Amino acid sequence: MTMTDNTTGVLGQRLLRREDPALLTGEARYTSDLPIPGALHLAVLRSPYARARIVSVDTSAAAAMPGVTAVFSGADLAEAWAGPMPCAWPVTEDMKSPTHYPLAVGQANYVGDGVACVLATSATAARDAIDAIDVEYEPLEAVIDLEDALSDRVVIHDEIGTNRSYTWDLKIEESEGQVDQAFADAAYSVKERYIQQRLIPAAMEPRAVAAIPQPFGGDMTLYSATQVPHILKVMTALTLGIPEHQLRVVAPAVGGGFGSKLNVYAEELLCVALAKRTGSPVRWTETRSEGNQATIHGRGQIQDIELAADSDGRLTAVRVRLIGDMGAYLQLVTPGVPLLGAFLYAGVYELPKAYDFSCTSVFTNMTPTDAYRGAGRPEATYAIERAMDSLAAEIGIDPLELRRRNFIPTASYPYEAMTGLVYDSGDHDRAATLAADMIDYAGVRARQQTQNVPGATKRLGIGVSTYFEMCGLAPSRVLASLNYGAGGWEAATVRVLPTNKIQVVTGTAPHGQGHETAWSMIVAEKMGVSPDDVDVLHSDTAIAPLGLDTYGSRSLSVGGVAIAIACDKVIDKAKQIAAHQLEANPDDLEFSGGEFRVAGSPDRAMPLAAVAFEAFTAHNLPDGLEPNLEAHTTYDPPNFSWPFGTHMCLVEVDTETGQVDVLKYVAVDDCGNQVNPLIVDGQVHGGVVQGLAQALYEEAVYDSDGNLQTSTLAEYLVPAASDVPAIETGHTVTPSPTNQLGVKGIGEAGTIASTPAVINAVVDALSGLGVRDVPMPASPNTVWRAINEAQGGQQ
Amino acid sequence: MEITVTINGKSHTADVEPRTLLVQFIREQVGLTGTNIGCDTSSCGACSVHVDGEAAKSCTLLAVQADGCSITTIEGMAAADGTLHPMQQAFMENHGLQCGYCTPGMVMAATSLLAENPNPTEEEVRIGLEGNLCRCTGYHNIVQSVLACAKS
Ligand code: FES
Ligand code: FES
Repeated sequence: MTMTDNTTGVLGQRLLRREDPALLTGEARYTSDLPIPGALHLAVLRSPYARARIVSVDTSAAAAMPGVTAVFSGADLAEAWAGPMPCAWPVTEDMKSPTHYPLAVGQANYVGDGVACVLATSATAARDAIDAIDVEYEPLEAVIDLEDALSDRVVIHDEIGTNRSYTWDLKIEESEGQVDQAFADAAYSVKERYIQQRLIPAAMEPRAVAAIPQPFGGDMTLYSATQVPHILKVMTALTLGIPEHQLRVVAPAVGGGFGSKLNVYAEELLCVALAKRTGSPVRWTETRSEGNQATIHGRGQIQDIELAADSDGRLTAVRVRLIGDMGAYLQLVTPGVPLLGAFLYAGVYELPKAYDFSCTSVFTNMTPTDAYRGAGRPEATYAIERAMDSLAAEIGIDPLELRRRNFIPTASYPYEAMTGLVYDSGDHDRAATLAADMIDYAGVRARQQTQNVPGATKRLGIGVSTYFEMCGLAPSRVLASLNYGAGGWEAATVRVLPTNKIQVVTGTAPHGQGHETAWSMIVAEKMGVSPDDVDVLHSDTAIAPLGLDTYGSRSLSVGGVAIAIACDKVIDKAKQIAAHQLEANPDDLEFSGGEFRVAGSPDRAMPLAAVAFEAFTAHNLPDGLEPNLEAHTTYDPPNFSWPFGTHMCLVEVDTETGQVDVLKYVAVDDCGNQVNPLIVDGQVHGGVVQGLAQALYEEAVYDSDGNLQTSTLAEYLVPAASDVPAIETGHTVTPSPTNQLGVKGIGEAGTIASTPAVINAVVDALSGLGVRDVPMPASPNTVWRAINEAQGGQQ
Repeated sequence: MEITVTINGKSHTADVEPRTLLVQFIREQVGLTGTNIGCDTSSCGACSVHVDGEAAKSCTLLAVQADGCSITTIEGMAAADGTLHPMQQAFMENHGLQCGYCTPGMVMAATSLLAENPNPTEEEVRIGLEGNLCRCTGYHNIVQSVLACAKS
């Protein structure tokens, strides 16, 4: 690690979060808490059909309801948009994207697609009135099954003439046909199909929006429960054709996102358009049941993966075929999600240049999918980690041993992978060994010998998952090569005030991650002040005009590093002032503990506080130096960051009921240097449970007509405390060599690692019964059926 | 209909529609927005408050049903001088919250849990908080917070 030597020892402490008192006392304000006098309330009428022609919309009865000020159909608002809803990631030149407006015109394409809307003086009046809108629909056949969609038997969107959005390939071969040859020559090979079920992100705070026209001049302030205030500002300006400088976007307290608030939504655009049209503030708060339909879903893939291995079990080729479920339309980054996984189907293993990945993504009549915690990487990790277990079974060796044989050796880091990406640092063996010790891997294997005997109904299983979290999105040039519509930089400003208090302005947009606490620690460490003397400003484009927001575990490794660099710039400038005052050469000054000292003459010193005041009065600055101590940085990371680790899960499966009991869960994660281990552990806990929820509980279920069967939280099973285990966390520390803090991301690691760890454990428990796979979610019913099938249906 | 409800020690008399939920009354008419709404099926517990000393989901009650009741919301938990309630303090010290949206409901449910069972096991805490969902913390540190509060 290349920390500057002015450390005060703040980094690495379990500092309690400054965010907490306001959140704990109810004083924090989420978007729906904001008092907005005179606001009109928006309600959206949503299609009850998965696919239907909109024959007519009669708004007259609704318009006459008490409190209603206006009612609009999609056609009524056609003029309000300068362009359709944005998709920022056209992954191929010929990608197909159906035109998508905030309210559907002509045809509705999923249950929940907005068809008309109401403005009223109260939320209740607005909701009452949408029931009075008379829409005549002509129901059309819906397409739900991905392979059916691919066949184009029924084409959803006439305008594009196919359900296929794109096919994106990543083929890496030293010589033509190498992948085929490797499979032909393989001593062992496996071919598996896994289904990534659709998930509903279900951040606990439903989405909420308020657009407030400002007096005179046409300025507009948009409050939104969003992860991406900066992206939202640009996209709203473009979609509505309003000058970007007249738009201010604020994300107040935001109650979780997990990708679901990394988007530009119809209701955000509707609120701004209607506030502009009426001159009144317009607000909207999603109901949960509405959100289950109208907020993006995650996952939704069919994965076919093949591994080839030599006689030692070392991988010689990987082939992947994906079908991605886009849902009815492309949202902000929908098509890019499978691509984010494309680089990770060889996991943490050495693979020669023999890799063949192809993804075809299709439209269906379901809620659009988009990034959900991990976005493409949990899917990829699941496939390779499940397939490694199959390969181990095929060869007849322990799955952990197979992984060890294939780990990228520690000595080969930085490691250029077959995809051309360079993995910054790693030590997989160390992480795996620690996890194995924590769970007593050898002891569990011994217990299995005595417990999983023929006829046993409580069977013990252990699951291993090793992973990379390719994150810290991302070097702008790499994003360009993937056709992503923006860069991956992050901005920071550090400003030392005359009284030596420090303001930091960041382009990250926290929604639970504790950035205010963590960023104050980085500044405290760099500047030699107390974290209490640092104020962190964010999530308001009037205060933090530049930024690319929070997603993809990027905030620390891009935004946090930007702050450290801005601190360095401030220190450089302060050094010139101090040198001038001390009549020394700037090169002879050292900065530590918040004080500049002339090397070799400890009595000649000047504290940062005094420099800050000098910079403010500007009475005696070096010639040509501007007053004030402030620096701005825009940092474009040179690489992704590559956190890694090993998770292990111990389960007991009741073969009579199919019930899976998680007995122990061990997470060993390496995210390089930790700014605040308290926060790191919290991220791991939450991530693990979200991934475990995919493995055991959650699925967005549609019937064949496209009706969402899990449209409420009573039906969609977000696990409660009693459904999940305690989580034992362990860490190894392998600093990233690509940034001065030595940090890597941690936001998605838990979700990426845990799903395969859990399912591997379940399958391991049942392997003696001939079970080779259990689909997700592994509910008692599903597990019981898998056992029954493996036993030839005799149970 | 006119109702009188005591909230955090202060009496409020107001006219409410018969269909107004208690949570709407607290948030919109009394203006105490610390109590959150996370669902419309009584599933999440974000709206938990104390009604006459017992935890209740305020989205499952009509405001008129609370007529004459004494209610404590999250805003009534810290002392007047701002000192956090021991449960709030325990959540802070054990990182029992991330985005904070479930937190008011969790704190209300957890205090009521300890009132009934001052020395719960980990298992009892998990079962006791079954009606409150959190999407951020994985519950690990919430459970630790409640256990720590019970100990102190
Ligand atoms: S809002 Fe009351 S239980 Fe969800
Ligand atoms: S802290 Fe975010 S939902 Fe619990």
